[in-house]
Amino acid sequence: MIHQFETVIIGSGGAGLYAALEASKNSNTAVLSKLYPIRSHTGAAQGGISAALGNVEEDKPEWHAFDTVKGGDYLVDQKAASILAEEAIQAVYDLENRGLPFNRTPEGRIDQRRFGGHTRNFGEGPVRRACYAADRTGHMILQTLYQQCIKNEVSFFDEFQVVDLILEGTKCSGVVVVELATGKLHIFSAKAVLFATGGFGRMFKITSNAYANSGDGPAVCARRGIPLEDMEFFQFHPTGIKGLGILISEAVRGEGGILRNRDGERFMEEYSPTLLDLAPRDIVARSMLTEVRNGMGIRGDRQIDDYLHLDATHLGKDTLMKKLPDISEFCKTYLGIDPADDPIPVLPTAHYAMGGIPTDEHGRVILDNKGTIVDGLYAAGECACVSVHGANRLGTNSLLDLVVFGRRAGKHIAQYAKGADGVKVDESAADEARQWIEQITDGSEGPHGGHITDEMQTTMMEKVGIYRNEKEMQEAVDEIQDLRNRYRDVRVQDTSSTFNTDLLEIIELGNLLDLSLLTAASALDRKESRGAHSREDYPERDDDNFLKHSLAYLEEDTVRLDYKDVDTSIWEPKPRTY
Amino acid sequence: MNIIVKVQRYNPETDDKPYFQEFTVEVDPNERLLDALMKVKRFQDGSLGFRKSCAHGVCGSDAMRINGKDGLACKTLVKEVVEKDGDTVTVEPLRFMPVQRDLIVDQSEFFEKYRSIKPYVINDEEVEEGERLQSQEERMVFDDTTNCILCASCYSACPVLEENSDFIGPAAIAQAFRFLADSRDLGFKERLKILDAPDGVWPCQNHFQCTKSCPRSILITKRINSIKKMLNNQKKQQES
Repeated sequence: MIHQFETVIIGSGGAGLYAALEASKNSNTAVLSKLYPIRSHTGAAQGGISAALGNVEEDKPEWHAFDTVKGGDYLVDQKAASILAEEAIQAVYDLENRGLPFNRTPEGRIDQRRFGGHTRNFGEGPVRRACYAADRTGHMILQTLYQQCIKNEVSFFDEFQVVDLILEGTKCSGVVVVELATGKLHIFSAKAVLFATGGFGRMFKITSNAYANSGDGPAVCARRGIPLEDMEFFQFHPTGIKGLGILISEAVRGEGGILRNRDGERFMEEYSPTLLDLAPRDIVARSMLTEVRNGMGIRGDRQIDDYLHLDATHLGKDTLMKKLPDISEFCKTYLGIDPADDPIPVLPTAHYAMGGIPTDEHGRVILDNKGTIVDGLYAAGECACVSVHGANRLGTNSLLDLVVFGRRAGKHIAQYAKGADGVKVDESAADEARQWIEQITDGSEGPHGGHITDEMQTTMMEKVGIYRNEKEMQEAVDEIQDLRNRYRDVRVQDTSSTFNTDLLEIIELGNLLDLSLLTAASALDRKESRGAHSREDYPERDDDNFLKHSLAYLEEDTVRLDYKDVDTSIWEPKPRTY
Repeated sequence: MNIIVKVQRYNPETDDKPYFQEFTVEVDPNERLLDALMKVKRFQDGSLGFRKSCAHGVCGSDAMRINGKDGLACKTLVKEVVEKDGDTVTVEPLRFMPVQRDLIVDQSEFFEKYRSIKPYVINDEEVEEGERLQSQEERMVFDDTTNCILCASCYSACPVLEENSDFIGPAAIAQAFRFLADSRDLGFKERLKILDAPDGVWPCQNHFQCTKSCPRSILITKRINSIKKMLNNQKKQQES
């Protein structure tokens, strides 16, 4: 079946919904999501959204932009970071005006709190910049945007999984999707397609990410010849619940929580004398792993799953109840403890992809290091790489990225879709996707995906994790290649066409395998340490050779790497200390 | 430990009616029921159909009936159910919504009812600059209702819906309260005719099953009663 729209948006998290609100003002728009719209992972973001409102102390967008650049270890495109910081203020006001229930100051203004790496006056000390709604800020953003979509009668297609992108040369003309309810393939022909499919943390064993975070957009793009940018940079959030990976917001430390080792020492004093527990996430995660390796974890056995304590017992029940209610509940549900009485056992958890589909400041997808635009193709949010996060994202900047660049992409699409010529697509555009799905469902005997998923996640966690080296990453590349070979024989056990979630999982696994390969190969090629990419064999940052974005092309079974310049037009790269 | 997960199965392509199937799963007592279901799906029977996403109780995908109680599979630890009801866990789809496949139900009507209460801040007054002000007290009045993840646990738990399938249900009403109690909202009149209708708030008989089932600790019944009070006050004002 072929559906005709002017704009098709894949994904209904923060970026997709904000883009939909803008694009639908001026173009016939459909939002496709593999989940019900309100189930997207934006809803799991906890701590806040930063904007230099200055509601509780002096702040400036320029400071915010600088923190973002330095936080990203100077791999951030600096004009994009300035846009992010400047447009943050109106973006937060817009959300408030549309009903978002922020916590308030005694004067009734939007309240703000501290977060890692956000500082006053270019690094002097922490600043209160994160606007928040308890510890469910992402949930509130998702709800507010969904509510606005209801108000504005945006068209949704629920439970449609994207499987292919239709390109003619450098022009996009639609997508191929499978409908979960019926198993049927649909073509959505559109002048403009926006990918807003979120992250892909499910390639790792321990992750804060949802099952749905399988990187569908980036994988589909990669298989159609679009490079993925900076894939080697994957953020491990310092405080996941031990063993489960469930996120314990950085807001706990923003409100005064302290990380402690087995002797009860505040070990961040040693690693980050100025910002302490509120150093950027890459630094805190490495410091924690160093403590564990030195036998200072709580068990002290130096094993990879040893853990540390996040101490919030001194914050008081009132603060925990008003500002951190959800994480208090997570602790009670999953650990059987009350953070008011006991420290929380934590360990870094795979959390956020800094890399993704390369875009310009309007969300337009870029095909190469010469800046060639793919007409009609857009990406925004975690699946995209603008790049405002560089080698390490600051906390709260992901929600901000969604609303600022989701909105910019939506606005650009609204203009583009009015001016662009119509596109013509026929049924044959779905042929390759059809062949793929027919193969998976042809009824022949084959392995199931469960073990391949397990092995992929273990390999990525152990060999492309926080600390990396040549030998292990090469092993990871080889192992992932082997898993991709085994994947070709995978077949569904579910032969039904009605709500075949088995098929869906196998499609997702294929996407994660391709992204794992691109991640491991990009990491192997970057012979330096920068931000979240820490190499034991190349411990220093190397600006002479590696102050550049990677572009990884998936070419059949190999990865070709290319590089492009970083925009350093505002601040000169400096050593990064906190 | 081993537990038996007894799941209601149904595939409209092949089954006339639902039936139960048992799976033996090795689990750690501290694992989630969702982990047990995932083990079945990944290593025993890939055809088992259920929705899931965040796996920690914030997305609302995996609401189901667990030993006859509505809730989220990812917020239910194996040890809790085993301690209470023994090591066989019965899992069924939510009630009052058509079953599409195994544990997957069609939530369109649930969302239709939610949309009917106009779930967005209604206020066309221009904001001159920046943010609307709201005091901390005003903000806290409707705080718990902002937790709602529209998982439909309360809807499935509501005894009123057994008799009256047109009742808009607890989630929609609690969300109406979320906006009516927001100092920034001016939509009382617009929502009145939906809430004051025969299938609006009035069928609620204070069974409190919604409140008990809510995985986000929302005082749903209390909020429904607050709306009844708002409507009655408004009537008194009109009469006087």
